[in-house]
This record gives sequence, C-alpha cells and structure tokens, in this order.
Amino acid sequence: MSQLDPDVDHLLRRAGFGAGPAEVEIFRDMSPAAAVAHLVDFEGRPDDVDDRIGRPDHARVSVRDLFSPDIDIEDARQRWLFRMIHTRRPLQEKMALFWHNYFATAYSKLAADSGETQAAKMLAHKPGTLRGPQGQIELFRQYALGNFRDLLLEVARDPATLVWLDGKSNTRARPQENFGREVMELFTVGVGHYTESDVYAAARVFTGWNLRGSDNYRQDEYGDLNAYQEFVFNADQHDTNPKTFSFPIYANGERTIPARSESAGLQDGIDLITALAVHPETARRLARKFWQFFVSEIHPPDPAFVESTATTYLQSGTRIGPVVYRLLSSSWFTDPSVLYARYSWPAEFVVRSIKEVGWQGLSLDKARSPLAGMGQLLFEPPNVGGWPIGAGWFSTSTMLARANFAATLVTTQKDNLAAAFQSEATTPQGLLAAMLDRVTPAPLDADPRRALESYLIAGGPWTGSATQVATRAAGLARLLVASSEYQLV
Amino acid sequence: MDASRRLFIRNGVATVTLGLAAPEFLTAIAEAQGIPSRRLVVVYLGGGNDALNTLIPYQDGAYYSRRPSIAIPAGQVLQVGTDAAGRALGLHPRLGGLRSLFNEGRLALVQRTGYPNSSRSHFEAGDIWGTANPQSPTGSGWLGRYLDTLSRPVDALAAWNTTGDTPRALVSAQTGVPAIANASTYTYASPNRGSAALEERAAAQAMATNASASRPHLAFVNSANLAAIETLDRVALATSYAPTIAYPTSGFALALRTVAGAIARGIGSKVYWVQTGGYDTHAQQGAGAGSYGNLMGTLGDGLAAFYTDIRNQGLANDTTVIVFSEFGRRISENGSGGTDHGAAGLMMVLGGMVRGGLHGTAASLAPGNPTLENSSGDVHYETDFRCVYARALDQWLGVNSVPILNGDFRNGAPAIF
Repeated sequence: MSQLDPDVDHLLRRAGFGAGPAEVEIFRDMSPAAAVAHLVDFEGRPDDVDDRIGRPDHARVSVRDLFSPDIDIEDARQRWLFRMIHTRRPLQEKMALFWHNYFATAYSKLAADSGETQAAKMLAHKPGTLRGPQGQIELFRQYALGNFRDLLLEVARDPATLVWLDGKSNTRARPQENFGREVMELFTVGVGHYTESDVYAAARVFTGWNLRGSDNYRQDEYGDLNAYQEFVFNADQHDTNPKTFSFPIYANGERTIPARSESAGLQDGIDLITALAVHPETARRLARKFWQFFVSEIHPPDPAFVESTATTYLQSGTRIGPVVYRLLSSSWFTDPSVLYARYSWPAEFVVRSIKEVGWQGLSLDKARSPLAGMGQLLFEPPNVGGWPIGAGWFSTSTMLARANFAATLVTTQKDNLAAAFQSEATTPQGLLAAMLDRVTPAPLDADPRRALESYLIAGGPWTGSATQVATRAAGLARLLVASSEYQLV
Repeated sequence: MDASRRLFIRNGVATVTLGLAAPEFLTAIAEAQGIPSRRLVVVYLGGGNDALNTLIPYQDGAYYSRRPSIAIPAGQVLQVGTDAAGRALGLHPRLGGLRSLFNEGRLALVQRTGYPNSSRSHFEAGDIWGTANPQSPTGSGWLGRYLDTLSRPVDALAAWNTTGDTPRALVSAQTGVPAIANASTYTYASPNRGSAALEERAAAQAMATNASASRPHLAFVNSANLAAIETLDRVALATSYAPTIAYPTSGFALALRTVAGAIARGIGSKVYWVQTGGYDTHAQQGAGAGSYGNLMGTLGDGLAAFYTDIRNQGLANDTTVIVFSEFGRRISENGSGGTDHGAAGLMMVLGGMVRGGLHGTAASLAPGNPTLENSSGDVHYETDFRCVYARALDQWLGVNSVPILNGDFRNGAPAIF
C-alpha cells in the first residue's frame, strides 16, 4: 500500500485526511505512538496554512475579484478545503469538521435572516482585518480538542447559533423552544433523557440570550464589512422564575435553578449547560460519536469503550484532548478489524483524493458542486442533526458524484501522472503496483484486481508507450478513486 | 430530516441485494411487473409542517387569539366547506392550484393524522413515519417492505428516490432504491475519450460486481456503485422528457417534473420519493405572505403543475400522491412569530382515482377541548397515519397491508379511494 507504516496510514486517514507528499515526508520514520503525539500536540506547530494560499506548489483557489473567505461563503469553502489539504495540524481540521457536523449550522438560513455577507462572517470570519467576533468555524478550531463544557457555552452564545436555532428572539413573554430542545436532544443527553417539560424549562433558561448589532449594523443593509452582530444578555427579557428539570442541575442533586434577579439571570444558562456537559448520558453520547468518527461504523460501539471513554471525559473535567489521545492510543483503535471500517465523508474523500492524486493547477472551486452532489456542501448541513453519515452517504447519485469528481481531478493531473509513472509502467502489473503506492483504497479482492489488469490492456497489448501510459494511468487512477474500496477509510 | 441516518448507525449495514442482470433484461422485468400500472408518489415536507396554517379553521376564535400575528385572516382563506364535525375550513391563500383540484374532487385532506404519544423530535418522528412503527422506529421502512413484496429479481428502478440520500421509508432488506437527485447529472465522466472511456466504465462495473461477502460494508457501497452504472442509460431516457406544461423553477417542482418524465417514459417505477424542506418554522413564518406563504406557494404550485401534466398525458388515473410531514406544530405562536414542534398534522392525497374532500374532523383550539393534548398546547391525533398507509397499500397498490405495517390498520382508514 502506501509508503508508511500501515498503522500510521490508518491513523492519518482517521485523525487527518490521509497522506500526501508532506505527510509521507513527516511520518515516514515515525512510530504510531509518536505519530499520535504529533497529531494531538498540534499547538506547538504554526497555524500558517492560510498564509500559503496562492503560493506555488499548493492547490489553487478561484477568485472573482478579491479572495474574501471572511465574508464570502464560496471563498470560505475553498479556504477550508485548502486548510484540510495543506495544514500542518490535520487533527485540528478534522476536529473542526467533527464539531461542524455535531453543532450543524447551515449558511442558507443565516443568509435569509441576516444577508449573505453577515452569514458568511458569522460562520467563517477569522479575526485579523475585519471587526466582529470570530466565525463559528474558528470557534471549532479553537476548541478542537478543548473543554466541551466551554465549547457548549460558546456555541450557546455564538451569533450563528443564535440565528440558526432562533435564540435571538427568545424572550420572557414568549419563550422559544428551538435551542432549548436541541441542546438536550442533539448536543448533550439525547432523546429519552429529557422530557417535554424540560424543553419548556430550557427555553425559559435561555430567555434574553439574544443578539445585538454593532453601531454600523443595519438590518437588510450589508455594505459595511465591519458591521457585525454579537451576543447580548437582555436582562429585561429574562424569565426570572425558578426552572425545574427532570435531572440534577447541581452537584448536590438539586433539580431546580433558583429564581434570580434579572441582572443575575445569565447564570441560569451557565448552570444548565454545565449540568448537561457533566451528565453521564452526554459523556456516553460523545463516546459513541467518537467511536463512529474515529474507530468504526460497521461495529456498534463497544460498551467497554463507551464506559471507559465517558469516564475519561468526566474525570478530565469534560476536556476532549485526553479523550481523543487515549482513543487514538487504544487497542480499540488499532484492532485490525477496524481498518477501513468507516465510510469516508465527502469532504474527506475529496481532500484525500487530492492529496494522493495531486493538485498541480487544480482549483478547489472545482470541488464545490461535486461536494454538493455527494451530499456534503460545507457550511450547509441539511439540518441541525448534521449529515447522514455512515452508509447514509451512499446512493446511486452520490456515488456518481464521487466517480465524476474522480474523473475531474484525474483529468487535471493527467500529464503529471503520465510523467510520474512512465518509468514503472514497463508492465501493466508494474503500473498497478506503483499506483497503489500512491492511491490507497481498502485492500482489493482478486476479482476487482483482475478487472483493473484487464482494463490496462483492454485497448491492446501492453507496449508501455507514452500514449498508452498516459491514457491507462489516468483511467487507472480514476477507477481506483471511484472504487467502492476507496470510499472506506 | 433524512431518516436513514439512524438506521445505519444503529443497525449497521443494511443488506441490499440488487439484480445483477443487464439493463435491457431489467426493462423486461419492469414490464413483466406491469406497465402501465399504478404508482405512488410520496411527498415529504421536511421540518414539521404547520398544518393549522395549511388547512385553517377560520371560524375558530381560539385560532385567532392563539396566533395573533401569524393567523390567516378568515377573508383570505380558500374555503373548502365544513367537515363532519361542522367545522368550517379553508386552505392557505397560496394553495390556489390545490383548491381547484379539491373542487374537482381529486384532493383528499386527511385531518389530524398522527399516533399515540407523538414524538416532537424531528429525527425520531421522521423514523416513526418512515418505519410506521412508533414503538421501535428502527429497521426497514414501510415503502421498503412494500418493495420487498415485488417478485424477484426486482427491477433496479422499482422505486425512484429524487433526493440524494435514502429516506427511512425506502430502506429495505432486499431492494435497492436508486437516488436520482438530478437526472441531468446522472452520467459517468472519464479522463479519457472514445473506447478507453467505455472500457473504463466496463471495468468500474466489473469491479462493483464483486460480491465481497467477507466485507458487507464494502458490498453495500458496491451495490450503490453498481446500481448507479446499471441505471445510467434508462435514467437518460427520462431526462429527454418534454412536459405538456411549464413547471415552476423550484427544486421541488423540478423533482416532480423528473417524476413525470419517468412516468411518461414508461420507466415503470412503482414508488417515487420527493421531498421539500424549510418547514421547521420556529421564527418569522408570516401569515398569508412571508416564509410560510412561500412554502405553500412552492408546494401548491409544484403539485398542481405535476397533476396537470400527468393528467394531460392521460396518466392521472394511475398516479396517486401522498403528502405528509413528521409532525404538526404548536397551536400558539411563540415569541419569534413562529411555531414550535407539535403533534398531529395533515396528510394530503391527490390523484385521478382519489375520493376527494375533507376526511376526519378538525380540532377545536380553545384550551381544555378534548381534541387537544399536552395541556392543550398541541392538536391530538384522530386518524392513525398507518390507516392512511394501509388504505394506500390495500386499495391502491393492491397488496396486503397487514404484514407490511405489522398490524391491521384497515379499520378506521379514511375512504380516500
């Protein structure tokens, strides 16, 4: 297979986006344990990837006039793909993708509410040149392996969330249930561990958690790029009555958030979020999500893994870093049965195929509409539950979208592939073996391998001519990237 | 609210076996299974449709007092008469096309559909409507179980899903359902041209034919891969369809246009799945105009265009459309000018053989009325949604509904056919 230790390869597929030339260089002589440490301890390496946009030897972005990833959603999508391909901190980007699905927030509703510029800014603004809070995806990068309770609190106050789940209009007179429900159903304990009356109570807890516009912000007017919205606690819109839940809110088992003055009312939400973050069912739910994301989608979560992971999470004070570090170092993760036991997300598929096949002259804008066809337009999850991950990614039309992206990608790299494989293409078997060093599907059974070998000589006996190698190397790369085996990671 | 996701996570890989025969042979199977014959188009309104603003009890004072900013004024509703309980009802003003079909007797409105202990979770409720099993909403879907009754080998296009991923209702133990989100991009490109491109497609098909018995998850991806390649040529037939009327430009209408093309071209699919989203109207939904009005316009204009086109083709008597959503919404509006998750909803059934009219009775929205639940916050169901499914299976598709629904829901089914 590839040029790395198989366990390191596995690690890079799961905790990163696969191995391109840069990763082969870095990880070539690294043990799996050292590779885990390298991925988890990413803070020590520079986050300089954005500065490399536009440099030679990198994938390209397409720009209309000025590349504006802080305020233009298409540019934000290109920037994120660029980061996934070229980052020196692959696990940070991988966790950002995980949290983006976990706290799934879609651009289209934000744009309908606040306009396209503000919507892009709420999701993707990277502080530096423009005023205003960081975009939601920057929050996910910041808390990639951070404290879940703190992340949940930041999400609850995040402008994009406040628009997406309607918290911005949650008032004392008419509480808004949307966020109050989803924070329990999807972000923490899950169905079966809260009641309808908890939903009412949670809605009241977050009354007054609203938005305010900057002085230069005008509804329906988006000319000022420095305008923004930010979280505000409107004390006079907060319901000050006590709120009782079906589960403990405080360490002493107390289930009621006490009546508080308006000005102290913000504490209600902090108390509820803290209670939800340390709830054992939240710990188990996160453990199951991590099992699916890192370990396997074809084996149900091992109950021992769930309990062990939940314990680590709770004992570490709801920090995610220790959880992921232990997971990646565990025998659950390295068990041979879980190799290639996940279905790659479309973004993972696109990024890994680009890293393996090549990006010279490729514009990342070419991945935009294919990703939509595969069912994963970034910043546009279908609903608050996130994408239909796992086998749900695969249908005839999404499979064709993957196959057709493979054709598009390989077409851009046809000359490079021909040059790279000419010397090893003295026989069709030599070409296939060399290609499998670079493009890494799950192991091929004998029948598909024979189908590939037949394809290589389907146009006539093997001569190894430049024309033949150019045609067949391209066709072979496409067949491998579009194969069912390649969709497993 | 894609319903399939949880299945795969909870239950692992669905076992999907597809016919491996050549496309022309599959056409013969499709014909043997009866073309032209009856077909069912299922339309899902994703997010939980606010049924009380679709079919409006415009003489109920509580409707207006509980919805001060989003109620449809009585003077704007499109009146459709009174139901068996004597409650006067009218359709949303943007449903003019559907009101015409109602007046022609081709649209049945089944009020207060639901089930006991209604779930207010999008995902659980979606699974319940998909599996038709409120107690244990996992496993295969009701339409998937119907497809499993078709004689084997089953045509690869026995059903046609116009969305990108498989909804829970179509999840099946034995029948793969192709997803054809956009028929015009349902093609197979290549970095090469001419014979090399054809050889590549043949190699892809051969690779995907690998049974890979020891890796069922790989077999599952292979099944999608193979079904894609095998259905390319027949789907291309449907894309060349020229409709008899101009469809609206919404994605929903374009999906219905694709369905009409597949029907008119004799593809032979028994079940079509179409969905349209945006119904999770927690905020600023508006009344006659605004975002909910736009949803109604998209729905009504799309369905009316589809029905007109199908009727012009002489195919209306073989086509039935069922419209549903995962739940209705709360009776009282919230502080954001929207409505939160509620209970019973509205099903609509449309077709040339449908017995139109108002079925069931509307709730009375004054607090304390027995037609309500959840401290009078929500509408309580009257007709179990599985009774509507049962009627469609027994009377329309001509199969025994009892094993498919794991129970006898024939009694109490509204007389929609």
